[in-house]
Amino acid sequence: MTTPAEWAQRESHTFDRNVIAEIRRAANTGIYRIRGWGAKRDLPTLDDLVVLGASMSRYPLEGYRESCGTDVVIGEATSAKPVRLDIPITIAGMSFGSLSGPAKEALGRGANAAGTSTTTGDGGMTQEERVHSKTLVYQYLPSRYGMNPDDIRNADAIEVVVGQGAKPGGGGMLLGQKITERVAEMRSLPEGIDQRSACRHPDWTGPDDLEIKIIELREIVDWQVPIYVKVGAARPFYDTALAVKAGADAVVVDGMQGGTAATQDIFIEHVGIPTIAAVPEAVRALRDLGVHREVKLIAAGGIRSGADVAKAIALGADAVSIGTAALIAIGDNDPVYEDEYRQLGSTAGLWDDFQAGTDPAGITTQDPGRMARLDPMIAGRRLANYLQVLTLETQTIARACGKSHVHNLEPEDLAALTVEAAAMAKVPLAGTGWIPGQ
Amino acid sequence: MSSSASTVLDFQTASLREINQTLHDETTGSFTIVNPRGAHAVAAGIDSDIQVEIDGPVGYYCAGMHQRGSVVVKGNASTGLAENMMSGTVRITGNATMSAGATACGGLLVIEGNAGSRCGISMKGADIVVGGTVGHMSAFMAQSGNLVVLGDTDSDLGDSIYEARLFIRGDVASLGADCIEKEMREEHLVLLTELLSKAGMAAEPRDFKRFGSGRKLYNFHVDDIDAEVARRTEA
Ligand SMILES: Cc1cc2nc3c(=O)[nH]c(=O)nc-3n(C[C@H](O)[C@H](O)[C@H](O)COP(=O)(O)O)c2cc1C
Repeated sequence: MTTPAEWAQRESHTFDRNVIAEIRRAANTGIYRIRGWGAKRDLPTLDDLVVLGASMSRYPLEGYRESCGTDVVIGEATSAKPVRLDIPITIAGMSFGSLSGPAKEALGRGANAAGTSTTTGDGGMTQEERVHSKTLVYQYLPSRYGMNPDDIRNADAIEVVVGQGAKPGGGGMLLGQKITERVAEMRSLPEGIDQRSACRHPDWTGPDDLEIKIIELREIVDWQVPIYVKVGAARPFYDTALAVKAGADAVVVDGMQGGTAATQDIFIEHVGIPTIAAVPEAVRALRDLGVHREVKLIAAGGIRSGADVAKAIALGADAVSIGTAALIAIGDNDPVYEDEYRQLGSTAGLWDDFQAGTDPAGITTQDPGRMARLDPMIAGRRLANYLQVLTLETQTIARACGKSHVHNLEPEDLAALTVEAAAMAKVPLAGTGWIPGQ
Repeated sequence: MSSSASTVLDFQTASLREINQTLHDETTGSFTIVNPRGAHAVAAGIDSDIQVEIDGPVGYYCAGMHQRGSVVVKGNASTGLAENMMSGTVRITGNATMSAGATACGGLLVIEGNAGSRCGISMKGADIVVGGTVGHMSAFMAQSGNLVVLGDTDSDLGDSIYEARLFIRGDVASLGADCIEKEMREEHLVLLTELLSKAGMAAEPRDFKRFGSGRKLYNFHVDDIDAEVARRTEA
């Protein structure tokens, strides 16, 4: 029983202790909170969907005995050298600068072993990542930091970045602590400044311009490699349709849960729509245009397990892309550094100050001492193992649905656990035939 | 100049792809492109010491990411002329529309006529010399390199500029955030004399004003009232 005294002391729902702490922090510092990681609040996710599995009306495939394909090919229609991936899971764009050299190397090693690609980021291509990534996607971003045509020709695909799930409409950020001499030189910026990158491309605006930009890029690489367009999930139906119209070989749709190296907390938590809502809209655009599974859809934002991969593919994606999970796999927030996380006022598993350059695990830092802690060979093996588990889990689910290739998964294999998820994913509420709005 | 004749590439008989592939395959010689009629991405991605002349107007991204050799446009150009050029020279006898020399990292871009808005946006080390005027938001977020304008500039020149230097002879409609007028020292006059001579422009360096970054936006201002109060309480 609550006593009257306790009732009088009850916490406000509107102004709970977190809200009050944030107001006090803002009043003390005069600056918005900047952090890494992705959205932390409770959002609808792919967990709100279940896979139906086989039953009387369809039969499953035998695990390990009957094959279940996982390969993905991107850009066959346009490019002399299409991207060929063994697994439908790619490593998302994360810049050198936001990540250390050893972290980039580890991502490359892990991805190579698993037969997939890695991606550069806002800051250009380093030798470390080119040498250690068999298939490297080169990001073409608004800032164009470190952008040069030799690297473009040296890439296996080009990804034109329009936006990112953590901050659709926002530009990159890299704070002074991480702008070391090498990073400053790569970006042609003064050392130690708090870099806020452009959020719009300097030489094109809108889909008609993008179409011409893509022609220019294809001309510069003599039509050798595919071109992706990455958008933060905001209006995925229109964005996907316009990316296709502009000539993309693949569209990357990054949901609002997507990770970031440094962004305003308010942006991370409040701008964009969740991955579960974005993928079906992107697929609807591809189907409308008659290019589903031809122009490839890469879904990102909060992908953690083979279940997420299988569900994203069943909704119509061709592949997924992972950032945060890959960093965790190589050692981000590792409990062996618990004492140091505590010194930083956090604890292993909760630390998100990727912008600070103080990463005890040596991943989101440019500090030589911390960087040296990450062994790229060991970290690469961890990533390869994790990617293998994701792939095996995805195949487990696909086989249970009787599919000989993961791309044969379809929305019909899914049901939703909540009315909201049913409406967003456009699959029936479990146990009913009801899709809200249809 | 070599005396050998220039190879003619004609848009009436060859496609953009064929013309650019020829320019990418050849490593020496000079080429004249005729009938461009506003085609996009003409002579983009040149990476050898060839000389290219384009007779007529071009569309977007002419000489985009230019790396070596020279490109001369006899006419006007649309958006993104010589965007992200790395070195070599690009010269245009007419006007260029938006974002000429955007993010250009090196080399020399000469615009004999006027340039539209965002000329030299995010430039990263190139030299850009404009005979006429430039549009609004020119040198927006310009990181390094030199922008020389013989005519006037529209509003918000050099908004959020980093370390690029702007030399303007005409009137500046307004300066953008954190762009300030700076003293023209001897070293700047020497540099400007050199740039004007490289660009083949007759002008008196002393008639120019120099603009650059006030460096007020380089770092976030983070207050800490709690710490100050604690200090005062201790004192
Ligand atoms: C440390 C870090 C750096 C990132 N850097 C970039 C970048 O440079 N360019 C970009 O498009 N996205 C960047 N992202 C976003 C990822 O490419 C990707 O969209 C996101 O991480 C996917 O969501 P997930 O982290 O939940 O897997 C970054 C993410 C992280 C965690």
